[in-house]
Formats: sequence, structure tokens, C-alpha cells
Amino acid sequence: MAILLFFLFAAFAVGSVLGMIISRNQAYSALFLVVAFASLGGLFGLLGAPFMAVVQIIIYAGAIMVLFIFVIMMIHLREGISAEKKKWTIAAAVFMGIILLAEIVFAIKGAPAVPMIGQEMAGTSPTEIGRLLFTKYLYPFEITSILIIAALVGAVVLIKKREGE
Amino acid sequence: MIPPGYFFILSVVLFVLGIIAFFFKRDLITQFMAIEIMLNAANLAFLALARSSNFVDAQVIVFFIITVAAAEAAIGLAIVLLIFRKKKTIKTETLNSMKG
Amino acid sequence: MTDVFWLIPFAPVLSSLVLVLFGSKLSKKWVSVQACGAVLLSFVFALVAFLGSLKISPEEFPIVKTLFPWIGAGSFQAGFSFQFDPLSAVMVLVVTGVGFLIHLYSVGYMAHDKGYTRYFAYLNLFTFAMLILVLASNMVLMFVGWEGVGLCSYLLIGFWFEKPSAAAAGKKAFIVNRIGDMGFILGLLFILVAVGSSEFSAINKAIGQGLFPQALATLIAILLFVGATGKSAQIPLYVWLPDAMEGPTPVSALIHAATMVTAGVYMVARLNLLFTFSGTAADIVALVGALTAVFAATMALTQNDIKRVLAYSTISQLGYMFIGCGVGAYAAGVFHLYTHAFFKSLLFLSAGSVIHALSGQQDMRKMGGLRKYLPRTFPPFLIGAIAISGIPFLSGFFSKDAILTEAFAQGQYFVWALGLTGAVMTAFYMFRLIFLTFYGQERIEHEAKHHLHESPKSMTVPLAILAVFSVIAGYVGLPAVLGEKADLFKRFLEPVIKPGTEGHIGAGTEWLLMLASVAVAAVGIFGAYVFYLQKPGIPHTLVARFPWLYKLLYNKYFVDEIYGAVIINPLVKGSDWVYGHFDLKVIDGALNASASATGFFGKVLSFVQTGFVKDYALVFLLGAVIFLGVLLF
Repeated sequence: MAILLFFLFAAFAVGSVLGMIISRNQAYSALFLVVAFASLGGLFGLLGAPFMAVVQIIIYAGAIMVLFIFVIMMIHLREGISAEKKKWTIAAAVFMGIILLAEIVFAIKGAPAVPMIGQEMAGTSPTEIGRLLFTKYLYPFEITSILIIAALVGAVVLIKKREGE
Repeated sequence: MIPPGYFFILSVVLFVLGIIAFFFKRDLITQFMAIEIMLNAANLAFLALARSSNFVDAQVIVFFIITVAAAEAAIGLAIVLLIFRKKKTIKTETLNSMKG
Repeated sequence: MTDVFWLIPFAPVLSSLVLVLFGSKLSKKWVSVQACGAVLLSFVFALVAFLGSLKISPEEFPIVKTLFPWIGAGSFQAGFSFQFDPLSAVMVLVVTGVGFLIHLYSVGYMAHDKGYTRYFAYLNLFTFAMLILVLASNMVLMFVGWEGVGLCSYLLIGFWFEKPSAAAAGKKAFIVNRIGDMGFILGLLFILVAVGSSEFSAINKAIGQGLFPQALATLIAILLFVGATGKSAQIPLYVWLPDAMEGPTPVSALIHAATMVTAGVYMVARLNLLFTFSGTAADIVALVGALTAVFAATMALTQNDIKRVLAYSTISQLGYMFIGCGVGAYAAGVFHLYTHAFFKSLLFLSAGSVIHALSGQQDMRKMGGLRKYLPRTFPPFLIGAIAISGIPFLSGFFSKDAILTEAFAQGQYFVWALGLTGAVMTAFYMFRLIFLTFYGQERIEHEAKHHLHESPKSMTVPLAILAVFSVIAGYVGLPAVLGEKADLFKRFLEPVIKPGTEGHIGAGTEWLLMLASVAVAAVGIFGAYVFYLQKPGIPHTLVARFPWLYKLLYNKYFVDEIYGAVIINPLVKGSDWVYGHFDLKVIDGALNASASATGFFGKVLSFVQTGFVKDYALVFLLGAVIFLGVLLF
């Protein structure tokens, strides 16, 4: 049962990413990506991380992609942008990508055996994550909050039109 | 009972697809989206690791990755908008003022 | 009391430093007072030390004081240490005493020169270097002083450096000195190898203990003497001294008459044990000295520049000092050094007074009859001339006579004969100078005559003082016929210069020799009188009869030209060739090549930076693939 779900979500993920690549329209690409993130969220759930799954859907699919779509709307390109013209670049990239794939797969195969992921174990509750966040990872947590403020202020400052522009 | 290897391989496949997407596209926004794909692939790998090794800290890492990615997306898109304002285009092949 | 001796050098060097650093802000008056005062202070210290040394018994000499360890490199040690003994006493008194008078004179002479402060800075520095030279207790420190005086000589000869001839003269002096220094250094190195230390006391001890073979001693002595020929202007390295007259006259008086050129004599006297032990070296010293004495005197016969005559005279008199040292009469050599300091500097300063009075004219053909115009310059000048000619009762007689007597007594008849020949010529050219300048018809140029005036007190007072000393200084060294104990000077120097195997000649012979010296001097003076006053046509007739002889003498035997053709020109051409082929092509070429290679590679590599993000990303990817590959496999 779990395996089936896995393959379902996996197929959706890979499929929508492929669609994103092929699509010429930027808005379509964005929407494809939303589907991809959603399926990833599902996969996260399968991995016994319900909190993460929800976070993924809310933030990634819900906030970040919306941001992307807003920007696409603002830029408002009428014609679509075709794929890369230079064939050799694509060929090189694909080639190297496959090599990378092979390398990592090889690496994984060589790794020590890991126990199967079963469903008997309960998923990680937010409590556990919270506890970790506020004790062991307190320092990164606080810094991240500063980071978010910086990003916020930065984005606003960057976009602001100067006087008389 | 899913072998964690499957998750890892999926993560790698998504990662490589993200790379290919980066090279396929010619405009800034979709290239940026490709980067997000790569980040997510990494997230997947982390979570798989968390579950299989019973190592909860990895989930915290994913939490941070998502946060940082969000911040980065905000700033990055702001820059894309600025570029568009300046150059009236977002085609990467025209953006080579850092040449030489 | 003697212990103050180590303070002697410091006032001049401090004064020099102050003048160098702050000179532009000081008034001329202050500069004069400071510079002269510093040397006066050194003289006072020297005097105190000297008086104190009279009470010390001879065995205690030399008194050594080490200021700080200085060089300590394994087995090679050299301390910054001074030593004091009778020889040092004589030298420091001469250097500081005569030096002080010359500083005083310079106040008047250089009063209108725009480099006034610089001049005194150099002069003080010179005094310091010379004092280091004579006070050093080891040869390494002495070499420091040796080089220091060479440097100051260069700076002072080329003082008016805008004048090309002066700059060239300074360069010549330094380079020729350097050649001599090579001999000095080699000698020093051999000493270090043979003795292990360059301290004079150690060297003397080593000789006493028979630590090194005579052949080695001869080699070392000859090498050191080569250095002395450079510094003290003997054959073959004398050529710089006549050119050095480009410098201001007080400089000529101080450096090229009284002090620096005597450094070679001092060194030989200091190392008298070594030279005596070697025997052969001493003979060479005497021979070179004698030849130089005559050689230089012949050249002085025909010079028209008043300072050039005095320059050749100095070379000649230095030859006498070396004769003294070479025949074993080191005390006599030093005695002549001491008297010569007085009358030669007197002669130079008086010449300077004449030149100053004539607004810069130095050619004797344009002088004459100045006797009545320069009443305060003429008498001292005359006294100096009488002294150098060896007329009895003045200092020059006693010292020159001592040397010649000892040469004869040692059986060195050839040397003695040369010395006597030189004496005739000395008297002749000296009085030729006097007669041409102060007597006879006036050949002064109209402009100069208009401004003709006697020199200021600051110049004439030192002349008077030096004149007095030129007369009385000789009385400390009376000849033996007047009493065994009469030679105070020689007895004073005994702790340093042990009385060795002196020749013994009867009292009668000694009187005869003295008479001979006086006779030749009289002949010389009379000859000058005849040639230049009584029958002024004689010189012209002689020149017409022997034009080639005159040409040879007047052109200084073409020695400078010979050196130029044989040594200097090939060197210069060779250097040019090396410069063109090696320096420019190889060294500069390599440098330029590396620069252009870097540029080239930069251009090549800049192709990588296209400015496109995708290209960079491609390289990223490539890097990641390779890295992982290496890691995994």
C-alpha cells in the first residue's frame, strides 16, 4: 500500500517537473511546479514527517509559488520563451547530468544498508521538532529569524522606486 | 515498507532534472524555479535520512532549508524585477555585463 | 686622566648628526660655533688623555677600552674598542689640534658658500672617522675608520658637485682608494686566519711568539701596504691626490695634507713589528717611498697651479715618511708625519688665503709681487716653505734629517740618495712657488687686482698659529749628536715602537749628513732664485732646449692617460658590452618575459569569463561531476 502511494506521488513529481521543463509558457511552468511541490508534500507525509509536509504545502506551494506567479504577472511577457537554442549546451548538460546521476546512484548503492521505512512508527510530531528547535538549534533559529527580516526589508528597499524615476 | 533507497534515487532524479531544467530555459524566472526544484530534491533526501536512521535533527534542517529558500526567493525575485526594469528583458543571453 | 680618551670621537659625530638633521634651521653663526666647538672639545679630551699618559709607565700600554662587543660570529670576534698609547696620543693631538685650526679657518674661507652647513657636517664627520681610525684597537674597527675617511674625502672633494671636474675628482679618489682597500682587506683576512683576531695586541703577541712564518708576514705586510699606497698616495695609486685639489682649500689642508693621507703611515707604524719581522716588506716600503718622493717632486717642478704644486709636494713628503718606516725608523716617520701636518696645512691654508685674496685665481702665472698686498699671509707662507725645505732650526729639518740619517745608517744608500735628490727638488719647487707668487713683476689680472684684499682674521690667525708650530714643533725630536736623550719624541713612542737594531754611525758622519741635507736645500733655494728672480729667462730657455722633458713632466708622465688606456677604458668598454648583452637582454629580458607571459595567460584565461550565468553553471556542474568522481573512485 505504501509503495503504491510512493510510486503515485513519485510519478506526479517527476511528471510535473518534466512538464515544467517542456512548457513554454511561464505561468504553465509555475503551475506545474505547484503540482510537483504538492506531490513532494505527499512524499514527506509518507516519510513520517507530517509537520514538514504541511509546512511544505503552505510555504512552498502556497507562498513561494504565489510569489513567482505574481512576478510573472508583473513582468507580463506576451510571447513565450522557447527553449535554449544552443543544442550543444543542452547536450552537455544532459550528459553531465546523467553522469552525476550515475555517480550518486553508485554512491548510494555502496552505502551501508539502512532499515526499511515502515509505517508502524508514528510520524514525528511537531512537539519533538519544537523541542529541538528551541534547545539544540536555538542559535540557528534566532539567526534565521533575523535572516527573514533582512530579506523582508531588503526586498522592499530593492523594489522601491526612487524619487523621480 | 519502502526501501529508503527508492527515496534517495528519486531525490537524485529530481535533482538532475532540476539541473537540466536550468540549462534548458532561457529566462531568469524559470531558471530560478529550477533552483527551487533542486532544493526540494535535497529536502527529500534529508527526510528520507531522518526516517531511516531515526535521526530527527534532519527534519529541523529541512525546516531551515525551507525558510532560507523562502527568503532567498523573495530577494531573488526582487532582483529579477529590478533587472527587468533596467534592461526590459529577462533573457539570460542578453545579460553579460560581467564579461572579462 | 687618560681614561677620558674614549670620549674623544663623540663630539664631532654628534655635531655632524645635528647638522645633518637640523642644519637648515640653524643660523650660520651657530653652525660655526658648534662645528668648531666640537673639534675643540675633542682636542681638550685628547690633551687631557695625553697629559695623563705621561705619568703612566710604559708596560701598561696600550690601554684598551671596549665600548661594546659589536661583532661576534663564532670564532670571529671584533669589539668596538679603542686603545690609547703614545702613538695614538700623537695622532689624536694632530688630528684634533690641526683639525680645529682648519675648522676655524673654514669659517672665514667658506663664509659665502651656500653649502656652508653641509661642509661642516662633512668636516665633522671626517674628524670622527679619522679619530676612529687612529683610536681603534683592532684592524676591523680601523677599517671602518679607513672607509669612513675615504667616504668623507669623496664627499668633500666633490663638494662643489655641480662642477663636473669636481664630481669626477671625487669619484676618482674613491675608486682608486677602493683598489687599495682590496689589498687592505686581503691582508686583514690573512691576519685573521693566522692570528685568529685582528686586535693589534694579539698580532704583536703572535709575532713575538713566532706564530707565523716570515713568508706569510711578508705577504700580509705587502697587501696592507697596497692599501696604504691607495690611502697615502704612493706609487702606483697616487693619481687621485692631484685631482683632489678640486675641493675647497681647507679640505685639501686637512684631508690631503695633515690627516687622511697619513693614515697609511700610521698603519705601518702601528704594525711596525710585522714589517720589521718581514724585512722584505720593509725594504719594499722604503723603496716605494723613495721612488715616490722623487717622482712626485719632479712633477711638482713644472706645475702652474699653486695647489697642484702643494699636492705633489704632499705625495713626495709622504714618500719620505714611508722611507722612515721602511728603514726601521718608524719613530722618525711618525715624527715627520707630525711636523708635516703643521707646515703642509700651513702651506695649503696660506695658499687658500692667496686664492681668496685674488678672488679665486690659482694659476701662478697670473700672480706675482703679492708680498706687499698680503702682509699677514706672506710671512706664514714663507715660514712653511722654509720648514718644508729642511732649513735648520725649523721643524722640517729635524724630521727629514732624522729619516735620511737613519736610512744612511741602515746602509740603504740608494734610498738615501733618492731622498737627498728629493730634498733638492723640494726646496727648488717650493721657492719657485714663493718667488712666482710673492716676488717679481705683477702679472695679476685687472679684475682680481681691483678686489685684492687681505683675508679676514678667522683665516689669518690659524696661519699664525700654524707658523709658530712649524718652527717649534721640531724641538721635541733633536738628533742624537746633540745628546743621547735629546730625541724626546722617539723616547715617547718607545712603548709602541721598540728601539730595534738601529744603525750606528759616528757623530762625525752624522754631522756630515746634516750638512749634506742643508747644502742640498740651499742649492735648491738658490737655484729657484736664479731661475725665477735673477734671470727669469732661464726656464724658457731650458724648455726650448728640452721640450720633450718639459712635456713629460708637465703632463705628469702621462700616467693618468696610461691608466686610462690600459685599465679604465677596457673596463668601461667591457662593462658596456656586458650591459648590452647580458644585463639588457638576459636580465631585463627575463623580467619582461615573465610579465608578458602573465599578461598572455591572463588574456587566454579571460575567455572563460563570458558573463553568462549559464556558462558558469556549466563549469560548476563539470566541477561537481569531476569532484564526485574523484571522491568515489
